[in-house]
Amino acid sequence: MIAEVGHFALTLALALSLVLAILPMAGSFLPAGPTARAFTDTARPIAAVLFALVLLAFICLGMLFLGNDFTVSLVATHSNLSLPVAYRVAATWGSHEGSMLLWVLMLAGWTAAVAAFSASLPAVLRVRILSVLGAITTGFLLFLLFTSNPFERMIPPPADGRDLNPLLQDPGMVFHPPLLYMGYVGLSVAFAFAVAGLIGGRFDAAWARWARPWTTVAWAFLTLGIALGSFWAYYELGWGGWWFWDPVENASFMPWLVATALIHSLAVTEKRGAFRSWTVLLAILGFSLSLLGTFLVRSGVLTSVHAFATDPTRGVFILVFLALVIGGSLLLYAWRAPALGSGSGFALVSRESMLLANNVVLMVAMAAVLLGTLYPLALDTLGMGKISVGPPYFEAVFYPLMAPAMFLMVIGPLARWKQAPLPDIARRLRWALAVAIAAALLQPLTTDAGFRPIAASGLAFGLWIAAGVSIAALEMLRDSNGKLRLSRARLHPASVWGMQLAHLGVAVFVIGVTLVKSSESERELKLAPGQSVEVGGWRVDFKDLRTVTGPNYDAMRGRFELRRASDAASAPARAVMLPEKRVYRAQRMPMTEAAIDRSLWRDIYISMGEPLSGNDWAIRVHVKPFVNWIWLGCVLMALGGFVAIADRRYRRRLAADDAARVTRATESSIPPAAPIAGDLAAR
Amino acid sequence: MKTLRLLIPVAIFALIGWFLLKGLDRDPRLVPSPLIGKPAPAFSLPVLGAEVSWAPAEMKGKVWLLNVWASWCAACQVEHPLLNDLARDKVVPIVGFAWKDKRDDSIAWLKRHGNPYAVVISDFDGRAAIDWGVYGAPETFLIDRDGIIRYKQVGPFTPEIIRDELMPWLKRLGSL
Repeated sequence: MIAEVGHFALTLALALSLVLAILPMAGSFLPAGPTARAFTDTARPIAAVLFALVLLAFICLGMLFLGNDFTVSLVATHSNLSLPVAYRVAATWGSHEGSMLLWVLMLAGWTAAVAAFSASLPAVLRVRILSVLGAITTGFLLFLLFTSNPFERMIPPPADGRDLNPLLQDPGMVFHPPLLYMGYVGLSVAFAFAVAGLIGGRFDAAWARWARPWTTVAWAFLTLGIALGSFWAYYELGWGGWWFWDPVENASFMPWLVATALIHSLAVTEKRGAFRSWTVLLAILGFSLSLLGTFLVRSGVLTSVHAFATDPTRGVFILVFLALVIGGSLLLYAWRAPALGSGSGFALVSRESMLLANNVVLMVAMAAVLLGTLYPLALDTLGMGKISVGPPYFEAVFYPLMAPAMFLMVIGPLARWKQAPLPDIARRLRWALAVAIAAALLQPLTTDAGFRPIAASGLAFGLWIAAGVSIAALEMLRDSNGKLRLSRARLHPASVWGMQLAHLGVAVFVIGVTLVKSSESERELKLAPGQSVEVGGWRVDFKDLRTVTGPNYDAMRGRFELRRASDAASAPARAVMLPEKRVYRAQRMPMTEAAIDRSLWRDIYISMGEPLSGNDWAIRVHVKPFVNWIWLGCVLMALGGFVAIADRRYRRRLAADDAARVTRATESSIPPAAPIAGDLAAR
Repeated sequence: MKTLRLLIPVAIFALIGWFLLKGLDRDPRLVPSPLIGKPAPAFSLPVLGAEVSWAPAEMKGKVWLLNVWASWCAACQVEHPLLNDLARDKVVPIVGFAWKDKRDDSIAWLKRHGNPYAVVISDFDGRAAIDWGVYGAPETFLIDRDGIIRYKQVGPFTPEIIRDELMPWLKRLGSL
């Protein structure tokens, strides 16, 4: 019964989303009057009901999983009588069908949020945004209902379910997909803004100001989602790596790169009216790459640790959807972009030029990742053999690309719009430069390997950014007499503080990556209980090995004691670590559960490989300095995003916006960028 | 000219889309194993617990499986009931290949878990396994009547793999 309710709710949602895609959009083209209003006024209530229906369907699926209703084939294949309750909830989105339902739920949620919080938007723009979102929802609901119905029955039901993939039975996995999808799907709002703007031909500072907070939120969620995925891979996959350049990781990283470019480009469009056409293209690209990512994961054209059960019909469906959405919007762009016009000019050294460089670098990086991801597929298609592109390519290409971006991201926020005097910037940043050079020279102290140029430059860039952020913050807090006043913090918009915080996050991230790469130590060896090993100044004693029984798995659990190499053997252990080798009963799948002793400065990481002959086990021990800074940096970036959207300006309704409300739909002329008076960030 | 430039994104997308469409027909998991389609490497190894030796040539004219296992291998224990089922139903003769193990351990393990093998040979120093490209246990090779390796399963069998891969292969080789 519950399954039928859920299925019915989804079917109703499909009908409503189709109405949302058509009626308000049609109304926005009718001459103003009661008829047009009757059409356009449907948008907000429909968006709300649509969300309620998809939520109902999602709750139904959750209840089916909680009750382990094995007559539903999705539950039978992804749950088990002995699966703990928390993972039964997570199993709701642990499968292809369930995760697509989560995707649609997020999409409907974002649509409802736009409907609820867009009172300050011109009515025409708002209903068109909602219509575009409705069209996207229609596509996904069709996909869900016709190729991946989560509510399909299986009669007769099996006695017990096949259990959730053990890899997914982990707290990190409970939150990773929802966060990531919030980001992916959030980019659809930026996309809808762009398409609605293209239709109306309206792209001024006000448009950019409306689009900014939505994009920033999506970007922040995407950042958190990717970071959590990386964190999960680090402790769950048992290899001690945190990023593998796996196609699916790339699929989430490419939209992130584009979204990062987009939030910077939107800043220019808002403040200076420039980069309009570029901003629109980025908004389209960001969502297109989210869709492409979905295609790569769901269709099985590429191998990956993430591959779900694949099905060619799904691939064809998504590809057609991709062609309609991306192809259609890019054609619309080609048609309407000439009308966008360009903004005011700027000098070679100015904030605009810095942000332009940032955009170029991020897009080239995205293209490099895209090339590396699709290259094996292209070669295979052309019959030139099967290859795989691995981390060496990405690392070789990525670091040199990011170096100029890291250098410029300090100068950009300090440079003035339009034109910035170079000597002035050099004077303000001389201390940051000194810190960066000192860091590079002191690099040999962080490792036994001596001076390594890449590590040294990485440290230099990290500290350069951190010092640059500090200088900018101090300048913002100084009054005209040069005295530091914390109360001055309130004089600057939240978006500027958010930006600085996010940049600090980049610094923390870069320092973390550099130190992990240059000074980690790793030993993989044969060890029996009673033996010990020294790695990177630490001694690990393998005490004993015992069998443990979990709710749905059996495991061998090793007990290891951790001491500094300089400690006496009788000294109390600094930590007791308990890695496990599990075999999950239902799927008979072996899993490595690493034990990690965490601190801000280093992680000690022990994972058990395969049992060897006799009592010996293949044991892997890593010492990873500063590894947690990688995720800490990502959290700071996302936090910066959330701080930025607290900016009051995003909620202020300007008189100019009200005037724009009456802008007719068919108008394609673009008002000149309005100068924003009293904006401290524009200085 | 300007309009043409604006069409560049669409053109790039169309190109990528074409590759994606073509890519749908292909299975990226099919990484060819160098031994498939090649004659099974020869060896002569002692039969477990006996004084005689055994060579693959004895299976000439039969379709058979070579299953690499060891008493220390947890995953072998996992797939073992499936092998017992195959033996009970006389689906295909299975030759056990006791790899990098101790004689007594191997024998005790078979006593405990059942012996599905037509014959068990022992390769305790793992030399012969190198020729077969074995890099872990369990691994299973399917050899046809002419002594050619036709299919290789890395890692434990599952009921799905037996149903979707092994059985169709046995049908194709005419042994079912």
